[in-house]
Amino acid sequence: MEEKKIRVLIAKPGLDGHDRGAKVVARALRDAGMEVIYTGLRQTPKQIVETAIQEDVDVIGLSILSGAHTHLFPEILKLLKENQIEDMIVIGGGVIPEEDIPELKKAGIVEIFTPGTDTRDIINLIKEKIKK
Amino acid sequence: MEILKELLKGNRRAAAKLISLVEDDFTQAEIFLKQIYPYTGQAIVIGITGPPGVGKSTITDRLTKNLRKQGTKVGIIAIDPTSPFTGGALLGDRIRMQDLSADPEVFIRSMGTRGFLGGLSKATQATIKILDAMGKEVIFVETVGVGQAEVDIVRVADMVLLITMPGMGDDIQIIKAGIMEIGDVFVVNKADRDGCERLITEIEMMLALKPETKWKPPVLKTIATSGTGIKDVEETIFHYISYLKDSGGLERKRKESTRKEIIDLLREKWGILFNQYIKKDFLEEVITRVIQRKEDPYTVVNRLSDILIKSYKQGEKDYDQ
Ligand SMILES: Nc1nc2c(ncn2[C@@H]2O[C@H](COP(=O)(O)OP(=O)(O)OP(=O)(O)O)[C@@H](O)[C@H]2O)c(=O)[nH]1
Ligand SMILES: [Mg+2]
Repeated sequence: MEEKKIRVLIAKPGLDGHDRGAKVVARALRDAGMEVIYTGLRQTPKQIVETAIQEDVDVIGLSILSGAHTHLFPEILKLLKENQIEDMIVIGGGVIPEEDIPELKKAGIVEIFTPGTDTRDIINLIKEKIKK
Repeated sequence: MEILKELLKGNRRAAAKLISLVEDDFTQAEIFLKQIYPYTGQAIVIGITGPPGVGKSTITDRLTKNLRKQGTKVGIIAIDPTSPFTGGALLGDRIRMQDLSADPEVFIRSMGTRGFLGGLSKATQATIKILDAMGKEVIFVETVGVGQAEVDIVRVADMVLLITMPGMGDDIQIIKAGIMEIGDVFVVNKADRDGCERLITEIEMMLALKPETKWKPPVLKTIATSGTGIKDVEETIFHYISYLKDSGGLERKRKESTRKEIIDLLREKWGILFNQYIKKDFLEEVITRVIQRKEDPYTVVNRLSDILIKSYKQGEKDYDQ
């Protein structure tokens, strides 16, 4: 029978060229029974939010390595707000300075995972936040 | 109902939510599907199929860009396999369609098969209707990479583009084994690789063995990554669609697919009613009696059917009150 599934968009905004980390997370989430929409590299915030809308995801996972987190995260949160989307959570991952994390969380990013995070922690967080 | 009004206006959020409902809770979605049905049947539905990695998504991307230049509104449903072990899926077709997500008149939805065999997902047919009702004029359905049994696309699409590529070794064998029949137009992609002409010849030879039909499936070649040959594919598709319209073939195909849809829905419905009305304990009892040879399965099935019909009628009455 039908079963509700958690849908996650894994996106990689910004210009830096490799997505190994994003792919590892994408696979781990798939193996945890989620539907993972993987969009590849170099997405603009606008493209990411548009994709999230069409795919009706529960979670937007952003992988950011370039240090561009200070503007990319807020930009995406702003676009979500503009589109009146309140039922998606945004999580982030990448090389993000410890001292910037509280600020990002305050802005509305639910969690930031720094390199070396156990993918099980990511899975647990998503399952806890998204009850389906 | 707000969501329906929004959908008919082309609202992307409304469409996306409705598709999720279809995937997660079909019974609930039926309420909406009933109401959008009168607005469907307008779009041309094109199936894109072929073995894994041949370039289905890249070709869909290219065709869509061409259509957009003419102002045509496009919907895309891209299906990837759900793991039967974990229930999860990695939906990666969008990687080849990145630019399209900046275009508000293109709507793309990725889906996992969710246990549905045949190359589509159970929600595919209803999703086509949702995209149709929201005003998409051409809808592409990219199936999971086909093996042999995944040929359901013929039932839901007006036409099927069957894509192959050179250098797959046994690929031609795969094509022979039953999926050859479903192609209305053949494309040999990755023509920048060796072996393209030979593959075209092989396909043409195989097609020549089929009984003579009015429409001879053409075999085209493309290099999807550079766009070479895509215009030709596009023209051939629409040439075929006009042929279908003029010859009455489109009407015939749609009648056939509606027939199958109704039968499928009916089977599904009885399956649901079975779960709803035949109590598990009662079923266990019945099974035990059959094993003990106190009853036979044939009589038992007739009795269960009677119970179902009665319960269903009773249920309808409850509903009326
Ligand atoms: N050399 C060459 N590569 C191509 C061509 N078309 C597509 N590709 C590449 O082939 C790979 C697979 O292309 P896709 O479009 O994802 O193929 P697909 O059939 O959608 O794949 P699945 O959905 O995984 O079954 C990508 O790396 C493309 O860039 C072509 O004409 N020539
Ligand atoms: Mg694909």
